[in-house]
Amino acid sequence: MSNRPITEDDLHAFVDRALEPEREAEVSAYLEKHADVAERIAAYADERNLLRSALLPIAEEPLPPQLNLARMLESPRRRPSSLRWAIAAMLMLSIGGLGGWVIRGATQAPAGGLSALAQEASASYKVYASDRARPVELRDSTELVQWVSNRLHQPVKLPDLTKSGYRFMGGRVVPTEHGPAGMFMYDDDRGDRLVVLTRPMTTDQNGPMAPLSGGDVAGFSWADGGMGYSLVGPSAAETLRPIANEIRKQVQTI
Amino acid sequence: MNDMLRLVEPLIPALRRYARALVRDHAAADDLVQDCLERAVIHWEQRRSDNPRPWLFAILHNLAINQFRRATSRGVHVAIDETNEDTFGQEAEQEHKVMYRDVMAKLARLPHDQRAVLLLVGVEDLSYADAAKVLGVPIGTVMSRLARARERLHQELEGTADDQNSNIVQLRNKT
Repeated sequence: MSNRPITEDDLHAFVDRALEPEREAEVSAYLEKHADVAERIAAYADERNLLRSALLPIAEEPLPPQLNLARMLESPRRRPSSLRWAIAAMLMLSIGGLGGWVIRGATQAPAGGLSALAQEASASYKVYASDRARPVELRDSTELVQWVSNRLHQPVKLPDLTKSGYRFMGGRVVPTEHGPAGMFMYDDDRGDRLVVLTRPMTTDQNGPMAPLSGGDVAGFSWADGGMGYSLVGPSAAETLRPIANEIRKQVQTI
Repeated sequence: MNDMLRLVEPLIPALRRYARALVRDHAAADDLVQDCLERAVIHWEQRRSDNPRPWLFAILHNLAINQFRRATSRGVHVAIDETNEDTFGQEAEQEHKVMYRDVMAKLARLPHDQRAVLLLVGVEDLSYADAAKVLGVPIGTVMSRLARARERLHQELEGTADDQNSNIVQLRNKT
C-alpha cells in the first residue's frame, strides 16, 4: 500500500475502471472506511451505467444510407498515391516552417501554379474585401456566374456557404497574370469577409489542398479537373479549413 | 483506402450515438456524422495517429461545437429538451424507458462541454488522454469537467440541482 492520498481524480478513475489494480485496491479500501464518499461514488457509477444503457439502442440501430462509408469511398475523388504522398510532404513542410516555405514556393513554383493562385487570391482579398463602398461589381448571382463563365470559357459554380454561416455578397471578374479569374465574396453576421478566387490552371491542374498563411490573411488553395480555387479570409487557417472543404465538395464537377 | 473502411466503419454506430446524445436532434446528428465521415475520407492520409477513434471523435466534436456556436450567435433555439420517442429501443421495458428518458432529459440540461466529457469518457470509453485530445484541453481540465459533470447530473437526477449555481458546485470530501 502506498501512502499517496486519495484524490478526486482517483475516485473518478475508479468509476471509469481506469486505475491500475494496485491503486484500485487502495481506493476500495478508502471507500470502505468512508461511507459518505462511497455513497457518492456508487451513485456516479450507477448513473454512468444508466446513461450507457439509455444510449445503447442508438448504436444498435441499422445505419441509414447517408452514412454508407463504402459508397463515400467509391466516389471518384481518389488521388493517385504519389499525390497522396505529396499531400503528406506538403503538410509536414507547412507545419515545419509555414511562412518561409510559402514564400519560397511562391518564388520558385512554376508560373500559374497553386502558389501563384494563392497570391492572386490574397491580393484580391486585400483590395476588395477592405472596400466598404463597392466591394463587388455584381450582386446578382445568376448574372455573375454567367459573366465569370463567359470570361473563363467554362461553366463556373458559385459555392453556397450558408451552412458555414457566410452569405453571398457578390463578385467580379478580376485580372491576374494568368488571365481573368472569378472572385466571389461572402460575409458573416460579424461582417467578416471571405474571398473565393477561381480560374483555369495551366500548371497544377489537380492540386491537393494547401494552406496559405502570410501576414494577416489565411487561406487554402487547391485545384480539381483543371480549375484552381483559393479561399482567403481574415481568420485562423483552422476555421477556414472546413469552409474550404465545403467549397471543394460543392464545386467538384464529378 | 480499404484500411479506412476496415478501421472506420465499425466506429460509425458510436459516432452516431455521440452525435445524437450531444445535439439530440436525430436528423441533425446524422448530418454531423455524415459531414464527419466525408471530412475523414478527404483527410484520411493526414491523420497523425494510428488509432482513428479519437481523431474521428475530434472531427465530429468540432463540427458539433461549431453548430452550437452558430446557433447561439444567431439566437436560434435548439430544441435540446425535446426527447425523441424513438431514441430508445422498442424492446426496452416501460419502467426502463421512463428512466432512460429522464436521464437523457437531465443530461440535456448540462452545459455542452460537461455533456461532451460525460459521453466521451463514460459512454464511448475514451481514455482521459484521448478525451483531452478530442476536446482540445489538458487532461486536468478533462478531470475537473468530468467531476463537475458527474456531480451536476447526479443533482439533476436527485432533483436537488439549483439552476443558478449547479454548474459551479464545488466538490469536497466531507471527512
